[in-house]
Amino acid sequence: MRRGKSLKCFLAGCHLYQHSACIYPEIPNSASAIFQASRISLIHYPESPLQSYDKFNPLRHVCPMASRGGVLHRPNKESLIATSRIHQRSFGSTTINIQRNPSFSMINSDDINYFRDILDDNTVIQDEDRLSSANIDWMRKYKGSSKLLLLPKDTDEVSKILRYCNSRRLAVVPQGGNTGLVGGSVPVYDEVIVNVGLMNKIISLDKVSGILKCEAGCILQNLDSFLANECYLMPIDLGAKGSCQIGGNVSTNAGGLHFVRYGSLHGNVLGLEVVLADGTVLDMLGSLRKDNTGYDLKHLFIGSEGTLGIITKVSILTPARLSSTNLAFLACEDYSSCQELLLKAKRGLGEVLSAFEFLDTNSMDLVLDKLEGVRNPFPSSLHKFYVLIETTGTDDSYDRAKLETFLVNSMEGGLISDGVIAQDINQASSFWRIREGITEALMKAGAVYKYDLSLPVEKLYDIVVEMQLRLGSSAKVCGYGHLGDGNLHLNISTPNYDDNVFAQIEPFVYEWTAEHRGSISAEHGLGLMKADKIHYSKSTETVRLMASIKKLVDPNGIMNPYKVLPQSIYSP
Amino acid sequence: MKIMVAVKRVIDYAVKIRVKSDKSGVEMSNVKMSMNPFCEIGVEEALRIREAGAASEVVAVSVGPAQCADTLRTALAMGADRAIHVVSGSLGPVLPLSVAKILKALVEIERPGLLILGKQAIDDDCNQTGQMVAGLLKWPQGTFASKVLLDKEKQVATVEREVDGGLETLSLDLPAVITTDLRLNQPRYATLPNIMKAKSKVIKKVTLEELNVEIKSDLEVVQVTEPPKRKAGVIVSSVDELIDKLKNEARVL
Repeated sequence: MRRGKSLKCFLAGCHLYQHSACIYPEIPNSASAIFQASRISLIHYPESPLQSYDKFNPLRHVCPMASRGGVLHRPNKESLIATSRIHQRSFGSTTINIQRNPSFSMINSDDINYFRDILDDNTVIQDEDRLSSANIDWMRKYKGSSKLLLLPKDTDEVSKILRYCNSRRLAVVPQGGNTGLVGGSVPVYDEVIVNVGLMNKIISLDKVSGILKCEAGCILQNLDSFLANECYLMPIDLGAKGSCQIGGNVSTNAGGLHFVRYGSLHGNVLGLEVVLADGTVLDMLGSLRKDNTGYDLKHLFIGSEGTLGIITKVSILTPARLSSTNLAFLACEDYSSCQELLLKAKRGLGEVLSAFEFLDTNSMDLVLDKLEGVRNPFPSSLHKFYVLIETTGTDDSYDRAKLETFLVNSMEGGLISDGVIAQDINQASSFWRIREGITEALMKAGAVYKYDLSLPVEKLYDIVVEMQLRLGSSAKVCGYGHLGDGNLHLNISTPNYDDNVFAQIEPFVYEWTAEHRGSISAEHGLGLMKADKIHYSKSTETVRLMASIKKLVDPNGIMNPYKVLPQSIYSP
Repeated sequence: MKIMVAVKRVIDYAVKIRVKSDKSGVEMSNVKMSMNPFCEIGVEEALRIREAGAASEVVAVSVGPAQCADTLRTALAMGADRAIHVVSGSLGPVLPLSVAKILKALVEIERPGLLILGKQAIDDDCNQTGQMVAGLLKWPQGTFASKVLLDKEKQVATVEREVDGGLETLSLDLPAVITTDLRLNQPRYATLPNIMKAKSKVIKKVTLEELNVEIKSDLEVVQVTEPPKRKAGVIVSSVDELIDKLKNEARVL
């Protein structure tokens, strides 16, 4: 009775919104009786954080070094800050150890006292429970052992923290909503976690230009709800919008569902305020669309995943929120039809096209099987591919007529074998739920090997087919993603983590991608997962220049260590 | 037998309602409009009855401005056979009693065996039209239906309705009025082939004069205001403080 629930939710006023309004009182709380409930996507955490942990580390086993025999690090029980465990990370069959960088200091009680001095008491967190959730990523694949979580309230506090950490050579991991998929937002060892979640104020919105300035800890969905009141829209939209923060979105250069319409954050972010490792505050918080004065340094921080500094404020250009959105969920029989449909949609829907997403039959099966209340729009027949086309425009009847004509022509031309058009927002939400629920369904299905590839559109699905042939019945291979952007999410699901399956996937998937001049990370970033894989997508010279920039901006290497760039660049 | 279903065009239930600055009503311009969810359930039920062979035709009707045709088009895309659009012109909102009178006039022309309505529209939440039209027609009514069974031979509809104490089962002699509750069914999606078919179905426009119905408003909207803003929560530091607040501030203990 999903429908029943949603209506009840409507009738009762939405609890969710009220809840978030309590936590984020800075966000103006609209008094309207009805919450904009379209496409709310919440990340559902498994009930018990550790229960399913073992099966969720396909790429890295995390276990105490002691269990390997051999090297044994005894925790120093007296010291409240000593790292009690040294982690070994085993990359499936090819074991690589990332050693804790010995040049980093360990936290001591003087450090804690210093932080207590400069921060409010309740923002210096040593509580085991709160640390354990900050130490582990939401997919429960990566787990660090940080003993300290700091929650700065403003830029000045961030600056003081970093200046101190730099002087003491304490490694730092910047954290936002912790919804990343590549282990970039959690510590690897005992890095100090600096979470900017309390910095969640909206600074200003220019109602004429649509330029929004806000602090880095603002949750994406809250920003969007705020903008909705002013008839503007966040230019990015992704499944984790209820938890992810704008600072994290920018520092990982998140892509998402509306990329095809509004483009990259490199285009939409107009300015940033960033705190560098030594505490220097870089005020680049411009709000100009055009500004050709010297090197545009903000771009260094967009997508650098916290390895160059902590983003504390963001200035972002937001497009007008248009009143008419239509969504169609379509079935196609082969991948070439999906491609041709994309081409035709670009031409036929042109200015109103706002999303073009696809999923294959395995992804659909998984969602229907694992998620409650999801309804198959085509209950009577199975299809090989499904495509979501969203249009956004200003005139509902014009847009609708345009979409219908386009779809009818495509159906007559044989590109589409079946299709449904959402008649209201509730139906649209249930179509989006299928697409956005895939990640969650995969998590529920067992171990998942996730790859986020950019590939030429015509080659994009070949890797899925090849992978299916390689793995046979040992794994379920799912392909879905942002077809409009040439971005495939290749996900391989097995009931339990299996070294043999992993060995079949890597490095094959990276080699294949490199061979087709794709990118091994389209929108998720490199994080910890792919830090040593960067050479598949970037030339040696490029990586070398990145390393020089890293050394220049963060000479002690304290900012989000072990991530993005391979460890080898640090060896002399 | 013919089934008539009344559908209403309302602000989509997922849209955040904004009150007009002059407090004369809610903002309707540039707002997504959809079929009232309870009406959607009504259309679905009519289609299921027709598909089960107990009815031969489903006629969707709506009262309102020109854009109501879009809502009727949705009903046709779901599978209704034809539609009637009573054009209200510049009358503004048509209140339940007026709608009931219009529906009565339509029923007298179309002579359906069953009139299905949503139990209420989610915009004004009146929950009156079904009851009023049953009264005007002197037909039996089964409101808040959560299950409908039609006996074609005996011309009887058995309606289960959700009441406070549990379920109540009514047996109605046809013709009758049924209003739908949430759990009656899950409406189908409009598929492309059906959307295509709907394009060639007829939406007949009818004026109030043709129906010989005079509408006058018995109600006057004085003011529309927003509900009070919800205050931010506070975190209490101890159980004692919580109890103190519950006793002295909230006065619930």
